[in-house]
Amino acid sequence: MTVALPPTAHRPALRHRLAERGVDRTLLLVLPGALAVVALFCYPFLYGLQLSFQPTSGATQGGFSFGAYHAFFSEPFARKSIWQTFSLAVPASLINVGVSVPISYRMRRDFRGKRLLLALLVVPITLGTVLTAEGILEFYGPAGWFNHTLNLLGLASSPVQLTMNYTGVLLSLIISGFPFAYLLTHSYLSGIHPSLEKAASTLGADWWQRFRHITFPLLLPGLMTTFCLSFVMAFAVFPSAMMVGDPDGKTHVISIEAYEAALEHFDYAQGCADAMIMTVLMLVVIVAVTTLRSRLYSGSTGGKG
Amino acid sequence: MSVVLDRPATAAPGAESGARRRRIAIRPGAWLTWGALAFFFLNLLGVIGTVLLNSFGRSWFRSWLPGGWTTHWYSDAWTEFSLGQVLGTTVEVTFLVVLISLVLAVPASYALARRAFPGRKLLLGLFVLPILVPPIAYGIPLATVLYKFHLAGSVTGVVLANLVPSIPFVVFTMTPFIEQIDPRIEAAARMCGAGTRTVLTRILVPLLLPGMLAAGILVLVRTFGMFELTFLTSGPTSQTLIVTLFSAVNSAGIRSTQSIDAMAVIYTGTMAVLLLIALRFVNPTQLVARSSD
Amino acid sequence: MSTVTPMTTAESDTGAAVRPGSQLGELELRGISRAYGAHTALHPLDLTIRGGEFVALLGPSGCGKTTALNSLAGLLPLTAGEIVLDGRRIDTLPPEKRGFGMVFQNYALFPHLTVRANVAFGLKMRGVGKAETVRRVDAVLALVHLTEQAHKHPGQLSGGQQQRVAIARAIVMEPPLVLMDEPLSNLDAALRLEMRSEIRRIHQEFGLTTLYVTHDQEEALSLADRLVVLHEGRVSQIGTPADLYENPANTHVAAFMGYRNLLPLTVTGADARGATASGRGLTVRGAGSGAGKLTPGQSVMVAVRPEDLRIAETDEQALGEAVAEVVEYHGRVLHVEAVTREGDRLHLTSSGQVRPGDVLSVAVDTERALFFPQAAVPDPASQEVPA
Repeated sequence: MTVALPPTAHRPALRHRLAERGVDRTLLLVLPGALAVVALFCYPFLYGLQLSFQPTSGATQGGFSFGAYHAFFSEPFARKSIWQTFSLAVPASLINVGVSVPISYRMRRDFRGKRLLLALLVVPITLGTVLTAEGILEFYGPAGWFNHTLNLLGLASSPVQLTMNYTGVLLSLIISGFPFAYLLTHSYLSGIHPSLEKAASTLGADWWQRFRHITFPLLLPGLMTTFCLSFVMAFAVFPSAMMVGDPDGKTHVISIEAYEAALEHFDYAQGCADAMIMTVLMLVVIVAVTTLRSRLYSGSTGGKG
Repeated sequence: MSVVLDRPATAAPGAESGARRRRIAIRPGAWLTWGALAFFFLNLLGVIGTVLLNSFGRSWFRSWLPGGWTTHWYSDAWTEFSLGQVLGTTVEVTFLVVLISLVLAVPASYALARRAFPGRKLLLGLFVLPILVPPIAYGIPLATVLYKFHLAGSVTGVVLANLVPSIPFVVFTMTPFIEQIDPRIEAAARMCGAGTRTVLTRILVPLLLPGMLAAGILVLVRTFGMFELTFLTSGPTSQTLIVTLFSAVNSAGIRSTQSIDAMAVIYTGTMAVLLLIALRFVNPTQLVARSSD
Repeated sequence: MSTVTPMTTAESDTGAAVRPGSQLGELELRGISRAYGAHTALHPLDLTIRGGEFVALLGPSGCGKTTALNSLAGLLPLTAGEIVLDGRRIDTLPPEKRGFGMVFQNYALFPHLTVRANVAFGLKMRGVGKAETVRRVDAVLALVHLTEQAHKHPGQLSGGQQQRVAIARAIVMEPPLVLMDEPLSNLDAALRLEMRSEIRRIHQEFGLTTLYVTHDQEEALSLADRLVVLHEGRVSQIGTPADLYENPANTHVAAFMGYRNLLPLTVTGADARGATASGRGLTVRGAGSGAGKLTPGQSVMVAVRPEDLRIAETDEQALGEAVAEVVEYHGRVLHVEAVTREGDRLHLTSSGQVRPGDVLSVAVDTERALFFPQAAVPDPASQEVPA
């Protein structure tokens, strides 16, 4: 080793070295927001995580047990809520994304009234889950207009049961989720430069070949993101599952299970454990889709390469 | 000498456009997509229409339309659910959330947009999580913590809970907005002799105002409609409209559906007004877009 | 109407002509036009393009040249007129059935496909066999010097390379006609010069017929066999580069071709050999332009290039005097901007020393000053030469 020179002799000041890496006083601006998220999101989450590992008896403090998780997985009614959540969320997000693609592809060009149509699609988002649920109960109900129409058209002789069951929740997930998926798909699709399709058409590709070889591959990463976000929304389905579903039976989804544990039985440890299971399941799906997505082309979708 | 072809048009433009070949070929695909959209809107109209009609109907059984009209369900709902107080709380919560989330998140998004620093990805990840994780999943632990600190059930608790998704939402709305403002504008202002305070008040704030307005309105709409978090953390005196509505539906049987529908119409009407205002400032896709990664 | 003989064979010095003649006999545009509502973007245009020709559509932005190109490609439906390719009407066909190659302004390369897949795309769409596709793509990639980059994605290429991919993709189909929409406008100056000669070389080696849209007159003059100058949706002039350069049909074409000195004067005398015009303290003797007869008292626009306007010799009739204001050094000559007593600005060149503030006598050769008769009301939109 050579003679240790005083570090300040030929090294620039710490402030300069930090500034070189982009660290300066401007960064202090991040602090309030970041601290708020840490305090209001990370801390409660970790607190909940710790709480979920506490012994269920509640009397002993500071123990460690998988009791709450064990309770969840050993109780068939609770365990089944996972399957019920997936059987609602997966079809709902597949339908929403799947229907959005052809419709937004057809409407990718500008036409008169397009802005109005987009604005109309925002309406279901404004309705909120509660009004949607209320409307579904009355519109699709046994005495509602929908069954009236079916009867009138001779499609059904007796009223079809569409509410207070799986179908009701699926309908509510489509009514509030489709506009969301459509608007996202639409914005991804309009990010693909129109000259790419024009170029393909001058090269002899008909509309199906253009969609199959150019538009769809460029849209696919966006579709996967849309699917992820739709899935997250559908996965957390709560009010509509309570109102138009069958919360003690076929639509006893995991969020209801967690809610009932925490705020009806006041078993916070169990509620937090359920919330953790829910988060983990959702993250698994997101990570799976994201991994799949990263194997696709995902770069600029503009005209230039 | 070259021939000059600078001659007048052979026909008037009006006559020409009449002869335009417009292929209005409506293929089955077009029918299918338009049909699907029409079916969706028809159902939507039915859903809204039933609620709207029911709220004005005297009574409605197995017929197409209610028998007789009345507006008394609205006054019933107003007194029965003490909507005056509920609306007051809703406005209070919503505005506090908008204000606080803007104050906390705009500086953060400025730093995120302008600096590339070690740990920036980590910080972005921190902000993405509250948007990705379902409100119910973090709402339950959050409510537990709020109960521990005796904040649950108060307006403060509701505001704190609603800040969780709002702060990241403002960050992700504002960061791209700030990124598209050329940093050389700030440099130019400094070269013209403006100090930090002047740059802030004369240059940055006016430039950021449209973005802050858009972000603020979006947070307003989302907080107004946020059910899960408010439901988990509110008490009898700190309920917002949507929570009151849900509780009313869930304890149905005691109350007439008409007055519940009247309240739902009030809720939707308010939301629609907010959205009409929002749509003047932002593009419809922004209302749904979260973060794209 | 004078045209250059179309170049149907590759120049002998290139040696390795990939293919012989062009795929195209003759393409006829008969009065094609396009209107957007009440606005006519392109007035009826008649043009015949022969196989092997390089035709440039030239004009400022918004003159309708891109509209014309897109209509020809089939990307925009026509409002009126017909397009006939070797006796076959093609204006009702969709773009994918026309079989033209097109190079887009922003290249429009498919970002998710490699260079090879981009170039092969058209062949794949037409169901060309695998071996044949590989052979043709390899040949074209060699022609545009991109063999090494074949496996890359467009995002990994430089601007010039992307440009070459776009050209390769358009010509691999051996199309009867290649359409190019301002292909060089996204490149920097040095690369633009290089790609300009590349495009001309590819045009000749591959025996293409090319329609090239640009707003850059220098590009058009150096590339094209024939130029079509558009102004506000109408054709101002069609001719060879030399035609347009020496004999612009009107003041628009003149201004576009670098006649920077445009002086509104009045005719004072006219005879068989030429005419004299004066006004604003200047007197110019020049050649009339076109068949129009000049009569004394008529308003004319006198157009002179800066390189034809010079400092008068001692024994020569000067057209007027001006004070030098800005002097720029341009190699062997100086470019001088001088102001007359009436306040008109003159652009001239000088090989001798000139300093700002010098009073200069300015002269021009009679045959280098063009006279364009003006309508009574000087309306810039209707400055036309009576045919």
